[in-house]
Amino acid sequence: MAKNTDATAIQFRRLNTKKGPAVQSSRAQSDRQAYRLRMKYILENQPLLEMKQGEVDRILVKGGRVEGVATTINEAFNGQAVIVAPGTFLNGLIHIGLTHFPAGRLGELPSVRLSESLREIGFEMGRLKTGTTPRWDGKTITFSRLGKQEGDDPPRPFSFSTGGLPHEFLPCYITYTNPKTHEIIRSGFDRSPLFTGVIEGIGARYCPSVEDKVVKFPDKERHQVFLEPEGLRTHECYPNGLATSLPLDIQRKMLRSIEGLEKVEIMRPGYGIEYDYVNPIQLKPTLETKLVEGLYHVGQINGTSGYEEAAAQGIIAGINAALKVRGETPFTLDRSEAYIGVLIDDLVTKGTQEPYRMFTSRAEYRLILREDNADLRLMDKGHRLGLVDDKIYNRFVEKKEAIACELARLQKIKIRPTAGINDRLKILGSNPIKNVTSLEELLRRPEITYHDLKVFDPSHDALPPEVAEQVELEVKYAGYIRKQEGLVERFRSMERVRIPEDIRYDTTPGLSNEIKEKLSRIRPMTLGQATRISGVTPAAISILMVQLKRMGAV
Amino acid sequence: MALQGNEHDTIAAIATPYGESGIGIVRLSGPQAKRIAERIFRPRSGPRALTSHHIRYGEIVDPAQERTIDEVLLTFMAAPKTYTREDVVEINCHGGFGVLRRVLEVVLQGGAREALPGEFTKRAFLSGRIDLAQAEAVLDIIQAKTDEGLRLAEEQLRGRLTQEVAVLHEELLGALVTIEAYIDFPEEDIDSPSTKGVVEVLHHTLAQVEGLIGAYEDGEIYRDGVKAAIVGKTNVGKSSLLNQLLERERAIVTAVPGTTTDVIEEAVNLSGVLIRLMDMAGLREPRNEVEREGIRLARGKLSEAHLIILVVDRSRLLDDEDRRIFREVQGKRTILVLNKIDLPPCIEAEEVKEETGIKDLYPLSALRGDGIEELKRGIVGAVVQGGTKRGGGDLVPVNLRHKRVLEKAKGLLEEALEGRRREIPWDLTAIEIRQVLNHLGEIVGVTTPEEVLEMVFSRFCIGK
Repeated sequence: MAKNTDATAIQFRRLNTKKGPAVQSSRAQSDRQAYRLRMKYILENQPLLEMKQGEVDRILVKGGRVEGVATTINEAFNGQAVIVAPGTFLNGLIHIGLTHFPAGRLGELPSVRLSESLREIGFEMGRLKTGTTPRWDGKTITFSRLGKQEGDDPPRPFSFSTGGLPHEFLPCYITYTNPKTHEIIRSGFDRSPLFTGVIEGIGARYCPSVEDKVVKFPDKERHQVFLEPEGLRTHECYPNGLATSLPLDIQRKMLRSIEGLEKVEIMRPGYGIEYDYVNPIQLKPTLETKLVEGLYHVGQINGTSGYEEAAAQGIIAGINAALKVRGETPFTLDRSEAYIGVLIDDLVTKGTQEPYRMFTSRAEYRLILREDNADLRLMDKGHRLGLVDDKIYNRFVEKKEAIACELARLQKIKIRPTAGINDRLKILGSNPIKNVTSLEELLRRPEITYHDLKVFDPSHDALPPEVAEQVELEVKYAGYIRKQEGLVERFRSMERVRIPEDIRYDTTPGLSNEIKEKLSRIRPMTLGQATRISGVTPAAISILMVQLKRMGAV
Repeated sequence: MALQGNEHDTIAAIATPYGESGIGIVRLSGPQAKRIAERIFRPRSGPRALTSHHIRYGEIVDPAQERTIDEVLLTFMAAPKTYTREDVVEINCHGGFGVLRRVLEVVLQGGAREALPGEFTKRAFLSGRIDLAQAEAVLDIIQAKTDEGLRLAEEQLRGRLTQEVAVLHEELLGALVTIEAYIDFPEEDIDSPSTKGVVEVLHHTLAQVEGLIGAYEDGEIYRDGVKAAIVGKTNVGKSSLLNQLLERERAIVTAVPGTTTDVIEEAVNLSGVLIRLMDMAGLREPRNEVEREGIRLARGKLSEAHLIILVVDRSRLLDDEDRRIFREVQGKRTILVLNKIDLPPCIEAEEVKEETGIKDLYPLSALRGDGIEELKRGIVGAVVQGGTKRGGGDLVPVNLRHKRVLEKAKGLLEEALEGRRREIPWDLTAIEIRQVLNHLGEIVGVTTPEEVLEMVFSRFCIGK
């Protein structure tokens, strides 16, 4: 996906570059159609993969095992593993003003029978709500009156293995709503499906519609609107920040009250959509359902929202479905290895009542889960699973060695407190040294960058920037990183204690009924996971340990 | 997580019951037990290094100041021939309860963790030292110790500390939220957190945390217990009452007035609160030197007490002696006991309430034990409700576990402040604040990421 993003991107931007090493993140915008077509083409060319299209309306299950799927025209596909990724289509219902109709996305049919099929199997289901913004015709926008935001130059690719990037990029634009806009929005409340109680599904707090924002923050005089182009060969424009399910006439009026949008034409209206989801505590950390062996759920069906969240689940379910068919050990990532681990652990341990989205603040070990070290964290695993080819992997091994080498070298090279050296330090705004000092110690000073070391070490050849970056981070934040690693070690010691699948909580003495009920429902795989179930007390964990010992599990 | 108790930690606890008994034992178990003991133990003779299964005589010192805490007998027992099959150290102390706490404290400073209820036994089981039948008993212990009902009073008392820490927690969370919103939503127009504002919160929190650590060091109720004086005129049944509360014979109980001429002090654990009961000599005109001395002592103790249990005999009319004592205790936190309900009444409860101005009244029979449970609850209630005012300000109960938590928080706050001074990136400050919150969470309850996000969303308008 990262490679496909790189190949079809129309803008790259790195965010949070000044806020610290743990939270820097790359953002890319792709040409929507180009992305879709290129990805489809790659899949079509994937050996051993056959692609079929049709509307699946039931999951075929026999004796607690999945057998395949059947479509609306009674065509059956058999298999040992099925991954369901229905997006917002499960029993989808679109709202625009007080008008509503069944749909999966605007203009597409919903999956009503599939939802019933899941319910018949015995899944506990709920209903969520999300929304989208109206799309505009870029020809009717006065861009000259808007704030322009260019991408980074030079752009930095998403994938560690991307060599070159496309050359044609597009800017984004920023504008703001105003009190007039808010007044218009309020005038449509009597026809808002959200405020008249027509919509029953639960929406996300972080992703409110513009009418929600006006209600929740009445004192805020303006809200930011981010205008994103949809692609190179289209005028269609996506205004980030204006999701709404108000009636079309209100949508048009409110848009035209915004600076630069006085003459804007809507190509497609914004809308709210309600859809069914399956409470994710019914999943194992592999995303296989506990109820049906071989059946996997990913994306919105698990109560998540967002592309990255869906992609993260897709890869884990895909890997595990393949491993299952091959009869191999399942693959999971834990909370200290990847955001994927945080996401899936949250879902299967706590479930979700609203559309779930990943935020860095959900992670305990944020400093370790950095974007820049994603390859160092995961490339070995990817290679072992056969997802990373040897060429890319060998390049990664070289990079890893180069980092280790340079770290050792910085420790070894020492400079003396001569007048010349101290003059150079002064120029860099740093205090003079009094004793013999290693380059590593020097780099630990906040004001000294890796690049600055060159002055004291002129004979050394320049390293690739990605190596230099790792070395700098590793040295500068060593204290913080080691501390988090200590916490990770503690975390893993609990994670390593596996709970046998046949454990009986109802006959475990000493547990309260409430805790018995929770443990039986969620069936944690490890003692660590059990500690994260809300309401499970430290005393209950002690009792569990005794019980595990008794079963001979530890 | 930290609450669970890591299996590889070295744990320590006072292994003998509360009370003013002559000796008490502090026990350690775990891989660090020997190292910690060698750090704080100074043998009178022979090498510092400890040999297994030998009893040594010497002193426990606070290694920070090389100050002697107590004279002890110390036994080191190397794994696996021990109760827990880990290295175990037992320290026999001689100096009473306060000293035991001090010894435990230096042990904890040396790197041990205070053992959870039943944890030694749990380890014995996990190491295969005890069998399955015994394991059932372990479960019972763990369960009983965490039974809410039993711990209620302690919980309530802790409530006062919780309140104070909760305020700090809230403030700190507020600071964290401004940072998290700023770094988690880079595409929203959210202002950078103000260094000044965050530093102010950090400073304020640090000062408060230091204050709370100080409250422990002042040696308040968790170390010394709550002092409750039992007073009343001669032969109203004070000693019988003390015995009932202690559930054993300690004071000499006779029907001859003036038997108790000394101040008898006993500690009793009432629903988790350590209460030191002082039975006073009847406060009357002394008839001899011994009584005079007893009364003088009693007056001194009276002024130290946190709580007074005033005993009145319901089977006799109130007299001048009663009234003199009422005056003595005026203005002090007092609960009233109407004793001898097993005898025909001579006075009404209302009458006594009116004369003393005390509403908190417990009719009982110290002889038969009727009404004792109500009184116990009343004592705990009075302590919980009123805290432990003594001399001046309100004192917050801080126990040793709280103190350790607060000390960790203090260290992290200092680091966070230092980090802001050096202008480290905001995400690192966020990490440090989170850790402080995690530690304070051990007192006020853990903050989930969900709660942090909840605050972010309620304070900042975020959404695409």
